[in-house]
Amino acid sequence: MQISMRSRFALRVTTYGVLIFLYLPLFLIFVLSFNTANSLTWPPRGFSTRWWSTFLDVESAREALISSTRLALIAMVVSVVLGSMLSFALQRFEFFGKNSLSFLAVLPIALPGIVTGVALRNTFVRFGLDLGFISVIAGHTTFCIVVVYNNVVARLRRISPNLREASADLGANSLQTFRLITWPLVRSSVFAGAILAFALSFDEVVVTTFTAGAGFQTLPQWILNNFSRPNVLPYVTVVATIVMIVSLPIAWLAQRLSDPPNDKLV
Amino acid sequence: MLWLLVVYVGSLVLLVVSAFFGRDEFTGKATTELTLGNLDEVITENAYQMLVLRSVGVASAVTLICFALSLPVGFYISKLAKSWTKRGLVVAILLPLWAGYLVKAFALRAIFEPGSEFGTGGFLKNTIGWSPGFGYLSVIVTLAYLWFPYMFLPIYAGFERLPESLLDASSDLGAGSIRTFFSVMMPMLVPSIAAGSIFTFSLSLGDYITVKIVGGKSQMIGNIIERTLLAPNQPLAAAFTLWPISIMVVYLIVMARLGAFKNL
Repeated sequence: MQISMRSRFALRVTTYGVLIFLYLPLFLIFVLSFNTANSLTWPPRGFSTRWWSTFLDVESAREALISSTRLALIAMVVSVVLGSMLSFALQRFEFFGKNSLSFLAVLPIALPGIVTGVALRNTFVRFGLDLGFISVIAGHTTFCIVVVYNNVVARLRRISPNLREASADLGANSLQTFRLITWPLVRSSVFAGAILAFALSFDEVVVTTFTAGAGFQTLPQWILNNFSRPNVLPYVTVVATIVMIVSLPIAWLAQRLSDPPNDKLV
Repeated sequence: MLWLLVVYVGSLVLLVVSAFFGRDEFTGKATTELTLGNLDEVITENAYQMLVLRSVGVASAVTLICFALSLPVGFYISKLAKSWTKRGLVVAILLPLWAGYLVKAFALRAIFEPGSEFGTGGFLKNTIGWSPGFGYLSVIVTLAYLWFPYMFLPIYAGFERLPESLLDASSDLGAGSIRTFFSVMMPMLVPSIAAGSIFTFSLSLGDYITVKIVGGKSQMIGNIIERTLLAPNQPLAAAFTLWPISIMVVYLIVMARLGAFKNL
């Protein structure tokens, strides 16, 4: 297609403009975490590592970090097990209502988080389940399962059924076929799903707010509760920067494990 | 599987049902006495109607902005960028997704900060001398910032699936680039756009935290749900959630018609 130099240039400027728009705020937060002042004032008043060096003394932030990590690990393990089982089952067998079930599987991510949060809270309260760590895990697992499921099922769809049939023809039972053929092909998508589930759970605010009772605080909730307090605000910029830095290698790993868009698997 | 079915769908059904329950004046919890009062209040109260309209307006504006930006950027990266910059650009756009929702909303607060007794204002105020302050405009920009990659990814994938030969054929047959864009590219991109818009629309519609961080006194439907729930008036909160639920159901049906689910 013919595209004039001018529109080519305009398209390039738009693209790089969007990239600047995406990174500028993140860069600001990074710079502001070394600010001497305890406000979001720009430009920073002076350079100081005070907030970084005293960050670990803020007990509430430390505790929130630990609970968030524990929570995300548990939600990840549970949703990986359930989510991949769900995708194997739905892919392998035909049954009545299969289509509506796969529609159902996107609902938790297609409905706003606040609906999920309020619905789960309502149910937990009604059945007398205490709002706390367990209820938050249940809430997180609900949407993490969906993420794992989507990841694994996308990979399964791309594996030709011929492979399974060939394996069966050569005398393998279904367990052997799974262990030697299917699993090695889906393994990386399960790992990618696991990383995604961890990241989503670690980052989740809305469902946590509605399913957690008093006394349990995740890192995002800590940020939310403290961003408007001038004496804690600098620590929020530190925590935000740490989250960004830690997520970089994780994002890179997930990117490597996930499917390249136009690549055919056998 | 059973989990999703029982816990999630069960909860949704229970939520819808509880919107019809009365409220115990003393504890704020739902009683089992049936009433249409909550629903009536939520649907007919003028202030609430405006709130819903505003939320839908914000969600539509966010979706439009994300769409208007994803289209040129997706086209540039998919069709014009050289192959070695291409992968880098895609990763660069998707990377901020991992930085965390609150981190980003908070970063935008640093941009919009209009100044107060604690400081003289944030980035915009002190570089260009103007800031929209905390309000609906900031909420829309922040939400568009947060959800842009969700729209970009399906549109970019849509461009990738579009064969170059089709575009060449179109120009061979005498169509200019504008004609090619509207008659060849857009119809093939509709399912991708629909898929992306589900996320940008739904995530914006139910949002209340961004509103708290950069919205100042602004209110969206999520804020009222949170407030009534913690009031506590559980049945009224449940009635309020019927708004986003029904809006999203309608939206999903329309988008499914446009082929969105082939692209999810």
